[in-house]
Amino acid sequence: MQFAFLLEQVVNGLVLGGYYLLIALGLSLIFSVGGIVNLAHGAFYALGAYVFVELVRFTGFGAAVIVSPLAVALLGILFERFILRRFYTADPILSLLVTFGLAMVAEQAIRMIWGAAPVSAEIPQSFRGSIFVGDFLFSRYRLLILAVVAAVLVGVWLLLHKTSFGRVVRAGIQRPDMVAALGIRLQPYMTAIVMLGVGMAALGGAFFAPITTVHPAMGADIMTVAFVVVVIGGLGSFWGVIIAALLVGVIRGIAIHFEPAAGEASIYILMFLVLLVRPRGLLGERIEKFE
Amino acid sequence: MTRTSRRSLLKAGAAWTGASALGFPAIVSAQAEKIRIGHLTPLTGFLGVIGSYAQLGVKLAAEEINQSGGIMGKQIDLLSEDSINPATAATKAQRMIEQDGAAVLLGEISSASSLTMMQVAERNKKVFFSTGARSDALRGKNCNKYSFHCDIPNTVMVNAVGTALSQKGMVKGKKFFTLTADYIFGHDLLKAAKGFFGSHDATLIGDELIATDVTDFSPYLLKVRQAKPDVRQAKPDVVCCNLAGNQVTNLVKQYAEFGFPYPLVGFNLNTGDAWAAGAGNLSGTWPTVWYHTLDNPASKAFVAAFIKKYGKPPENHAWIDYVTLKLLAEAINTTKSTDSGELIGYFEKQSQFDIGKARKAYFRSRDHQLVQEAYPFTVKPKDQMKDQWDMLVLGDAVPVPNEPLESIYPTREQNPCEMKA
Repeated sequence: MQFAFLLEQVVNGLVLGGYYLLIALGLSLIFSVGGIVNLAHGAFYALGAYVFVELVRFTGFGAAVIVSPLAVALLGILFERFILRRFYTADPILSLLVTFGLAMVAEQAIRMIWGAAPVSAEIPQSFRGSIFVGDFLFSRYRLLILAVVAAVLVGVWLLLHKTSFGRVVRAGIQRPDMVAALGIRLQPYMTAIVMLGVGMAALGGAFFAPITTVHPAMGADIMTVAFVVVVIGGLGSFWGVIIAALLVGVIRGIAIHFEPAAGEASIYILMFLVLLVRPRGLLGERIEKFE
Repeated sequence: MTRTSRRSLLKAGAAWTGASALGFPAIVSAQAEKIRIGHLTPLTGFLGVIGSYAQLGVKLAAEEINQSGGIMGKQIDLLSEDSINPATAATKAQRMIEQDGAAVLLGEISSASSLTMMQVAERNKKVFFSTGARSDALRGKNCNKYSFHCDIPNTVMVNAVGTALSQKGMVKGKKFFTLTADYIFGHDLLKAAKGFFGSHDATLIGDELIATDVTDFSPYLLKVRQAKPDVRQAKPDVVCCNLAGNQVTNLVKQYAEFGFPYPLVGFNLNTGDAWAAGAGNLSGTWPTVWYHTLDNPASKAFVAAFIKKYGKPPENHAWIDYVTLKLLAEAINTTKSTDSGELIGYFEKQSQFDIGKARKAYFRSRDHQLVQEAYPFTVKPKDQMKDQWDMLVLGDAVPVPNEPLESIYPTREQNPCEMKA
């Protein structure tokens, strides 16, 4: 029985990892293409949750969970066009400072608009409760999240690997100079990548709003885990981030199963060990422009 | 015509420069004819939500006191800041006393931060009102002469909910699984809960200590009920939440998500956490120290003033920080002093205060606990709520009117406090 319980924690960890992935993948993409560590990424996650809570009262769950990330993605256009774009070639410390500042401004803006007290939303009745698959217990709602994450991943993978858009983006990650020499402007691609990245973060926020505390500092809370995932996975690697996110979820579940007090520490220990053995992260590629 | 001699001008100038250089903030603040009061409460982190209510409450109290002429004819100058964590809380408390010249300190929700502030108060011989911290240990082995405790302690919360649960037949012979906040407050609450289970023929079949920054409770929930019902012999009858702040909100939401059949109850809840969980997610029986629907003049007046100023009803931490500053002002006006010794003497006489409840409250002299009524509450069905704030149905106040207030508080033997003179 003990083994089945452990397995249940592993599977639950995979589901949780999928949710971390929504936030971490965008963070990794924006860094890979633009060379910017977007410390404001969590703010878009929080905005996704708040816009969802605002919308759900009028439109119902289904529409709100779609419209909220789209709205935040549109905001991403402004973010890229007026802020990030100035920093692609600048000293990285400047983009760190500006996105850190923006994260604080966004948190305070949320506090001013929605107040310091949390806002709340509910899971639709049809997704409440748990179901049994074999011996395993699953929350219905988390299975829904897992399905959505899987669909998003397939979509992003197809976009990056099967379209001309993706070819330019991948080339831009490795050799922006060659892309420029071919007469292709990377800027519109960067705008699209930022939209995609912050949109995914907002999707995570929207889906988690009904099952977590929606408060102004929620963006800062999620950023730590997202960074751990990106660092473990290795920058610039699509699969690295996926593996890392799932690993982080699973390790946390296993740690809580055996030694609950080590639950939150376990993911940092994992990061430490990975960095010790592979400083580049699990599947991190050598990216020439960052060498 | 008075002529200022060049020499005396020079002397005055030198004295001023010297004073400024050495820094005598007390002189400067005395000239402003204000009484400075330091308020610290968590505005960020897992208790930040309820802490921001506390700040609104204390600001309203200061404003009302100032409008009605202040304390001893002087205006209150309230310094209210984010206490952040235990170490910062202590540093800020020290700074407020030493540099800002605060006469008295109040505030705090985290028992860990309150403990460090209590030590600062004792070291500086200044009175500190710990308004929202609930650990029994603060009133027991950590107690000191300069610290007063306004919120109900863990034992009272356990007694309030436990009594209500007993009446519903949910205690005797039942198996409990608890989820506990992993810091001084949670440990202390678990201890009180264990005492209650022990004396009421209930068994504790499992407990999980949960870090304060945890937002995803799914692995812990799986541990509460792993695999199918009936597979595990020790499946609980009742799941009990000993968590704090945002932890409670997250647990309540995710408990509703998983839809477990075991009733969820809790020995700690602040209405801010209940509101944050939202209608339709919260269920069960919980304790509270105060709720904005209490029907008495003082409480109603406070609620009306709060809604007028902030556009929303007050939470229990807004109330407790509000009444604390009010009763402190009353004490200073009566003793005509901000001297720590005078104030302590006044409160230790067990002077009675109207705190917006049916029965008056007083600080118990031997452990400085504000002895007052508490309430269990249950949750209103969603379709009966008038608005998003109208969530709770208060049970009858405990203890019942003919029993002494102290009957639900820890006894001298249960929670011994030795105050050094």
